[in-house]
Order: sequence, then structure tokens, then C-alpha cells
Amino acid sequence: MAKSPEEEHPHKVFGWAATDSSGSLSPFHFSRRENADDDVTIKVLYCGVCHSDLHSVKNDWGITNYPIVPGHEIVGVVTKTGKNVTKFKEGDRVGVGVIVGSCNTCDSCQQDLENYCPKVIFTYNSHYHDKTKTYGGYSDMIVVDHHYVLRFPDNLPSDSGAPLLCAGITVYSPMKYYGMTEPGKHLGVAGLGGLGHIAVKIGKAFGLKVTVISTSPAKEDEAINRLGADSFLVSTDPAQLKAAMGTMDYIIDTVSAVHALAPLIGLLKLNGKLVTLGLPNKPLELPIFPLVLGRKLVGGSDFGGIKETQEMLDFCAKHNITSEIELIKMDYINTAMERLAKADVRYRFVIDVGNSLTR
Amino acid sequence: MVMSTEQEHPQKAFGWAARDSSGVLSPFNFSRRETGEKDVTFKVLYCGICHTDLHMVKNDWGLSTYPLVPGHEIVGEVTEVGSNVQKYKVGDMVGVGGMVGACRSCDSCTDNLENYCPKLILTYGAKYSDETTTYGGYSDIMVVDEHFIVRIPNNLPLDVAAPLLCAGITTYSPLRYFGLDKPGMHVGVVGLGGLGHVAVKFAKAMGVKVTVISTSPNKKDEALNHLGADSFLVSRDQDQMQAAIGTMDGIIDTVSAQHPLLPLIGLLKSHGKLVMVGLPEKALELPVFPLLAGRKMVAGSGGGGMKETQEMIDFAAQHNITADIEVIPIDYLNTAMERLVKADVRYRFVIDIGNTLKASPSRTDIESDMHS
Repeated sequence: MAKSPEEEHPHKVFGWAATDSSGSLSPFHFSRRENADDDVTIKVLYCGVCHSDLHSVKNDWGITNYPIVPGHEIVGVVTKTGKNVTKFKEGDRVGVGVIVGSCNTCDSCQQDLENYCPKVIFTYNSHYHDKTKTYGGYSDMIVVDHHYVLRFPDNLPSDSGAPLLCAGITVYSPMKYYGMTEPGKHLGVAGLGGLGHIAVKIGKAFGLKVTVISTSPAKEDEAINRLGADSFLVSTDPAQLKAAMGTMDYIIDTVSAVHALAPLIGLLKLNGKLVTLGLPNKPLELPIFPLVLGRKLVGGSDFGGIKETQEMLDFCAKHNITSEIELIKMDYINTAMERLAKADVRYRFVIDVGNSLTR
Repeated sequence: MVMSTEQEHPQKAFGWAARDSSGVLSPFNFSRRETGEKDVTFKVLYCGICHTDLHMVKNDWGLSTYPLVPGHEIVGEVTEVGSNVQKYKVGDMVGVGGMVGACRSCDSCTDNLENYCPKLILTYGAKYSDETTTYGGYSDIMVVDEHFIVRIPNNLPLDVAAPLLCAGITTYSPLRYFGLDKPGMHVGVVGLGGLGHVAVKFAKAMGVKVTVISTSPNKKDEALNHLGADSFLVSRDQDQMQAAIGTMDGIIDTVSAQHPLLPLIGLLKSHGKLVMVGLPEKALELPVFPLLAGRKMVAGSGGGGMKETQEMIDFAAQHNITADIEVIPIDYLNTAMERLVKADVRYRFVIDIGNTLKASPSRTDIESDMHS
């Protein structure tokens, strides 16, 4: 007989879970494994609310295995380490991102690209090596193999640093891989949400000129005066789009709804690169003529490997890059999810797990 | 008074032109400019028929102006050079591809990427710097600025070299630019036509393992035994496609018809690149999930600059890479176009201009009457 979530492991854990595709979250008792030789046990302090959490609780991608405890932008404090663990000690501030395991032997794993491992184990909604379900950071503690734990730099605040663990690496990795880092070049950031606002900050730190591309004129003031973007383009205004055609070296497209690629491709210069990071539930339309006539490319990217995630955290600490957040209590989560569905947040909710997740 | 096409320039020229979007070609008298100080004039010996020629005579893209003399895979023998021409002399064997002019000062031009210049002048159907229309290689002579000429090495026969001037550079350039030229890599080639068959040969010469992906099972024998491909995938066969998932570093997609990208993206390894060199008219569906999950990309590539075109020709000469052609006389042209619509050619028609394109006196008289 299969054990209940509360019984399958020795350590009692409390969190919030969704139990069906209504996506509504509620208190959930479960358990976590004993801290093994390679493991680190972490008391969770903060957890960012990623749009993927919303997609997952609502089963938008058809892959959710209920009950699901989301959360993969986790910051906490080490309470225990296994005997093989040398990088961390009790009391260290650490982070856990999108993955907690992989095969360790394939080409991707060998190249520090665990995120592309075919056997990757996600922080939630996956199955661990022992075949039990993984549960995420909307919970009071988590046990993670030390390889997948990130050291949180001293000057990076835990609350506003938490979203970097997914949003941060998700924009940093493709900017490095696709070569979008040459100072003086022009980066367009489409969509000003959790991913987009961090892309603006990281772009500026790379010395790029940054234009925010958005459907909401109301975001212009923030984009320029608070986030540091150089200019703002309303993508529903044909005259603005036309004037900006062929002016951008790179575009980071963070929009997850189905949207038109043609105008964005038109904004690119020759050899321009558009990286799409959102996950719409239908294919997008890709016009081929402009790709061929301008040798342009459209690429994808999926968060990043552990080594690069650490590099990104250190980079953000050095450049004082943190997320703009709205700190919420655990029991606000369902309201937060509703507001997130309407993009009503500047620009990431972060759950104050340490102070508000009470049984 | 607007000059007739026969009178606007001092050198008489004869070719075949389409007069309207029926695409039917027929004899056409016109003229070419005097050999300027930087120009090379050559007698055309062969001209390849590119699928673009077919699109243009039928005005498929709405860009055509008539009369239209197509042809941008042109080879011949130099008959005159201008006083400032450094690189060529009378008697040299030369070629011209898709372009005959560019601004020469923008970033693209200074990077040897004239094909991406915003002021690019196409070999036919465009306006030259003197405002006259450009006419292509389905004609007896060409007058072209030295910069846009390439030398054809002695060991490359002219007829089988001609298609390299478009099909060759169009497939060579992305193999290099996107790094799909490293020995041991595995590259797929979609579509086995004018572009596809040359792509297979270039990739093999670069030491790459090649799989041809085609809708036609009957092309398998040719692909493997004649062109040297390592394997062959029938794209409509689910089992074959499934077995090849995640095996390719890159894919060169030469297909211009509408076709699904999802199965091709699936064939790529993680970090793989799908490069489009065909020109489907309408947008294709891009499935985003697999692009992200495997960090894959879809890119386009459109020909190459003059420096790279010469490099490609020299590479072809060094590795004995030539196109597989069907040589035709000029008066077979309209039939060839009809067969090209049905992809009924292995794998490029090449017009034997030198031996079969002659202005007959009676036709010249008729043309003169029409235009005066």
C-alpha cells in the first residue's frame, strides 16, 4: 500500500499545496527524507512566486501530479549537513532554484548544464531518485543534495534576492549563451514582469542600451525612472514600432501569452537574436522571410545549470541587482495567484515563509 | 523620351525574358552599358536555373517588373575589362551570382556581407545605380563591376560550377556561420533539390555526418550511393523520425513549401540549430516548449558575401564539388520551368547559353518593330 505524503519520509513538514486544477492552495502536511551524506537541510525563510508556479497549480501544461507544493525560488538557512558536505555549514544562507537532481553522467551534466539533462529532477512536481515526489519551497523546510544548493552572497538580501533563483538565471543564462553582452549594443526586453524587470537590470549591468517593449504605456515611467531602461516602446503603436525597426542587436522576449513574433523580429538588426523565454500553451507563428533576409535567429533557453546560477548570484551581488518584490504572507497566496494571472504585481510576489507559514 | 531596352545602352544584348506573370519566357533584345573602368564584360557560356527564377517570372512575391530576364548562376569568359580592373583579364573564366551592386560603405559591406546591404542591387529585376533595370544571365553577355565577379578555378568545369553561384553559397555560408562544419558533427539536410544536394556535398567535404530528410522515399538510393549521405530519413515515417530524435547538431532546411517545424526541432540534440534557407511564403508554426527545453534555435540565412562566395568556389574546386545538372538548350526553357514546378530535375537545370542562345535575324527585326 502506498504511503501517504505524511508518512513516506521521517521528517514532518508543513506547506501549502494545490490539490486540483482549480489551482487553489491550502495547508498541507507532508514529510521529507532523512538528511543523507550528500544532503543539506534548509529552514525556508522566503520563496518567490514564479509564473510557472501558477501554470503548474492550474495544470496549464497538462503535466501536474496533484497534490503539488510549488516554489522554486527558495532562500533559507542551513540547519544540518551530511558528512560529505564541505561547501556549507549550519547557519549558512543558501538558495535552491528550479532543480534538485539530475543524472550526473550525461553530456549536459558533464558540461554543468544539468538543466538540460534528460533525467533532470525539478524542485517540485518531479520524482526523486528514490521515486518519491518532490515538493517545493512553499514549505517550512527542504532537504537538497548539496550539489544543487547555491551559496547566497552576503550582500544579497534574502527576500529580494530569492526571485533571482529562477527569474534571474532564466534571463542571465541566454544573455551569456547567445552573446548578448557586448557593451554598447542595444537590447530590447519584451514584457515587463518578473523576468523582464530583471532582464533590464542585468542588461544595464552588462553595459547595454536597454529598450523595454510593452503593451502597457503605464509602465513607461517605472521602466525608465525606477529600473533604469533607456527607452520604452509601446508595441501596439505601429508608428513607434516602425521607427524602431532594425535597431536592436538582441531581444529577450519574456511574454508567456501567445503573441506575434513578426514585429519583434522586425526590430532586430542584421544577425539579430531573439530569445524567447515564456511558455505559451500554443505554438507561435514564425515568419521565415525576415530570418533569411536578415540572418536572424529565434532561440529558446530554460533557466540554467548550477554553476551558472552561482555565477549569476555573484554577478547580481556585485552589481546590487535584486528583484522588485511585494512581500506577502503565506495565507495571501491564493489572492496573489489571482493577481499574478492579471499581471498585477510589481514585479514578483515573495512569500515570507519564515514569519508567516504557521501550522 | 524613354529609351527602349535596345537603345538605352551602347552594347547590344540578347536574351530570353518573361513579359508577364504567366512566366512564359521568349526571345528579347536589349542592351548593356559600356564597360566602365571597374567593369568586367564577359560572354555568358552557362546559366543555372534557380527556383527563385521561377518565383520571379511568375511574380510569386509581388516584386517582379517586366520584362524580366532571370538568371543568377552565371559563368562565362571575359571579353573586355575596364581600365581600373585589377583582378581579371580577357580570357579568364568567371562567375556572377545573385548580386551586382551594393553601397560598399555600410557595416554589412565593410564586413564582406554585401548580400545583407540595405542598398543591395540584385542581378536581375532591380534598379542599377544608373537607374536602369538589371537583366540576368539568361542572356549572351554580362557587364558587371569587378567586385561582384568571382574567378572559376581551372579544374571546375563551367557547366557544373554555375549552380554553385547561388545554391552553393546559400548552403555553404550557414554551415560555416552556424558552426555546423566540424568533423564528427551530425547535420540533417531537409529537401533534396538544387540546394539540398549541394548542401550534402559541402557537409560531407567538411567531415560532417549527413542525414537527408525527405518526403520522397525514392530519393534514398541517390542520396546514399550517389551524393554520399550517411543516412536517409523519410519525414512522413513516424518510426524513422522517432528513432532519430535528438541526434543532430544542426539541420539545413531547404524546403520552400509550408511544412511543420516541430518534427525537425525534435531531431536536434540539445543546443541544436535549425537553419532555414528556403523561403516559405507564410509563417510556420513554432512550437516553443521544445525550443526552450533543449535550448534550440531556428535561424535563417540568405546567400553570402563576395569574399565568402570566392572562398566557397575555391573550396568546391579543392574538394571536386560540383552540382548535378541537366544541361538544356535555350528553347527548352519553358518546359524546364514547368518541370521545375514539379521538382522534376536531378538537381539543377543549366542552360547551355554559349552553344544555343543566338539572336536569329528574323526575331531581331520583329523586336525592333515592336519597340520603335
